[in-house]
Amino acid sequence: MTVLLDTLFNGLAIGSVLMLAALGLAVVFGLMGVINMAHGELMMLGAYTTFVVQNLLKNGPLEGLFPAYILLSIPLAFLVSGLAGLLLEKTVIRRLYGRPLETLLATWGVSLILQQFVRSVSSAFFIGLVVAVALGLLAPRLLPPAWWRQRWSPLLGVGSWVAASAIGIGLAAALGNQRSLDQPWFSARNIDVTAPEWLRGSIDVAGVTMPTARLFIIALTIVALLAMHWFLQKSVWGIRIRAVTQNRPMSSCLGIPTEKVDALTFLVGSGLAGVAGVAVTLLGSVGPNLGGNYIVDCFMVVVLGGVGKLLGTVVAALGIGVLSYILGSGSLLLLWPQMPAGRWPRCWCSF
Amino acid sequence: MTITSNSSATPAGFLRRWWPWIAIIAAALILPFVLPPLRLNLLGRFLSLGIVALGIDLIWGYTGLLSLGQGIFFALGGYAIAMYLQLDSLPPGQLPEFFGLYGVKALPLFWQPFNSPWFTLIAIWVVPAVVAGLLGYLVFRNRIKGVYFSILTQAALLVFFNFFNGQQKLINGTNGLKTDTASLFGQMVGSDAMQRNLFWLTVLLVIAAWYLCRWLTTGRFGDALIAIRDDEPRLRFTGYNPTAFKTLVFTVAGALAGVSGALYTVQSGIISPQYMAVPFSIEMVIWVAVGGRGTLIGAVLGAVLINYAKSLISEQLPETWLFIQGGLFLLVVTALPDGVVGWWRLGGPRRILEMLGSASPTATYPGLDLDPEVQAEKRAIEARALAEESRVNPYGGEP
Repeated sequence: MTVLLDTLFNGLAIGSVLMLAALGLAVVFGLMGVINMAHGELMMLGAYTTFVVQNLLKNGPLEGLFPAYILLSIPLAFLVSGLAGLLLEKTVIRRLYGRPLETLLATWGVSLILQQFVRSVSSAFFIGLVVAVALGLLAPRLLPPAWWRQRWSPLLGVGSWVAASAIGIGLAAALGNQRSLDQPWFSARNIDVTAPEWLRGSIDVAGVTMPTARLFIIALTIVALLAMHWFLQKSVWGIRIRAVTQNRPMSSCLGIPTEKVDALTFLVGSGLAGVAGVAVTLLGSVGPNLGGNYIVDCFMVVVLGGVGKLLGTVVAALGIGVLSYILGSGSLLLLWPQMPAGRWPRCWCSF
Repeated sequence: MTITSNSSATPAGFLRRWWPWIAIIAAALILPFVLPPLRLNLLGRFLSLGIVALGIDLIWGYTGLLSLGQGIFFALGGYAIAMYLQLDSLPPGQLPEFFGLYGVKALPLFWQPFNSPWFTLIAIWVVPAVVAGLLGYLVFRNRIKGVYFSILTQAALLVFFNFFNGQQKLINGTNGLKTDTASLFGQMVGSDAMQRNLFWLTVLLVIAAWYLCRWLTTGRFGDALIAIRDDEPRLRFTGYNPTAFKTLVFTVAGALAGVSGALYTVQSGIISPQYMAVPFSIEMVIWVAVGGRGTLIGAVLGAVLINYAKSLISEQLPETWLFIQGGLFLLVVTALPDGVVGWWRLGGPRRILEMLGSASPTATYPGLDLDPEVQAEKRAIEARALAEESRVNPYGGEP
């Protein structure tokens, strides 16, 4: 009995992280048929946000808030990942609707960029990036308006962005000579988020040791699930999202702003990835490669659970979580001691 | 056809028709003696990657199936040749060294056939082809397509990766099999002379693979593939069975990936489960996308050039490569959906010249204006319309 409970609890804990991560993916995939390969990297952004919040609160005027930093970082991670997702939707995915395979490749490219960004971002790099983006966006204002009416103005658009990037890279390289600006913020090493004291212990129930951190993750998942359920079922925008999921052209005819719905869905889905990132930091150290470890599992959950059904995602995530715990920890034998041993070929037992 | 055969009768016409091949043969003959051995080795490796790219172009560029699992077949081919080389360089009866580390006394059963070079030569492409055929048949019979197909192939890739990674006792697990110290025809595989021969072999096989793909894509078979890509239900209703076509083309792509993996392995000196990792298989897709899907030459060029750029950039500025690669993904998907070769063929350079004012903008399609068939059809339609008009309204003028 204890073994069964233990298995269920641990499977639930693994499954709930998966569920948090897959929830956002499922909403986005269900609505737009978009496979977001950068979803894991959005989780990573959430995890790094937690790390930053922790470090800001640790030594500073707000030290009194430190025990609550994990609660504080949940909305912040939602915001950071959500805005990153919104940016992704506005700049890339918007151009690719109806071409899911291309979206898959483009978001994979974004995931590579985000990974390397986290590894090599430093103050000099960041300043260069901001300057390049600002110059690129301001180019239409800065250059003479007559130029934009020429036959070669499309080339001017491309050229202005190339020039802006060149200036940004040059600036970053020049600033990089200063030791203080060249320090990478995170570097390629893994980062550790220390759980606050109230999350470190464990609770014993019926002989099963339940670490508080895992209980917290399960609670967080339940809250997120309920919030998502309320949002999709009751709120105006949730109803619009469901309408567009079911029939995009018809919803558009009835006056639902589908572009806004797309953007909002992407924001919410990405934000949920950020919240999942917060949960992941409680399980161990995280690094720039965090996304790759979760993305395929998340796809499995989404595919198994079916499109556009929250309940399907829940069942699939819990099923995969429990199964992977049973198989991964070898507790199959504990659950089923009388398992016939001789019938299995030798090589299967050597995994 | 007649035009080309007339023009190739004169020396100038011969040159005009055959110059790409003359250039390729000249380059293949000269390069091994000009490039330093390391660069030649890299070029050979990247050319062999061109073969797997050709396979991806067949299934993705022509048939519209985005497989993220070509690494399976690539690595299977690599493992086949590596197992043979491991056995071949040993005195008979002795086991490869790594077996001793894990206490394996007898050669596992599936290693036995790899004692034979002929079996290996066949296994290199048949084993991946059979795996691809089985996987493809199961997937396509159930009409799984689009994004689901991509995810499924990726899941299959993970299964193979985990299996090969965990099997220390069977195939040395995560360490992989080394081939560069093995001997072949009495020479070390890693030696310069052997690598030069392998380079020539690679060039020959790339050309052969290119011909195979061209033969497949130009005839009726190629038309069926393109029909599957553009409108599969319609093809089905016309009485064709898309499952058979898709399975066949996926099998061919798997075989090509196996050959490519074998060539790559003997030139890089090692095969390990790393070649079944998820990122490598997605990278393969981007070679084809950048080169130009639906253009065979684009696939080869994309594989060679991107990998060359990768090795050059990674030597100088290792941190920037992922940015550049990610940027390439974005650029190709949003701005150059036909790839570089497709952009070139669809008149991209001319459009730029037009913008700059160096070329006069074309209001019509010169290809159509010069095509006698199209013009004849146009005249026929106009004549028919005229006849129709006079029949409907025989008196002319306002009705």
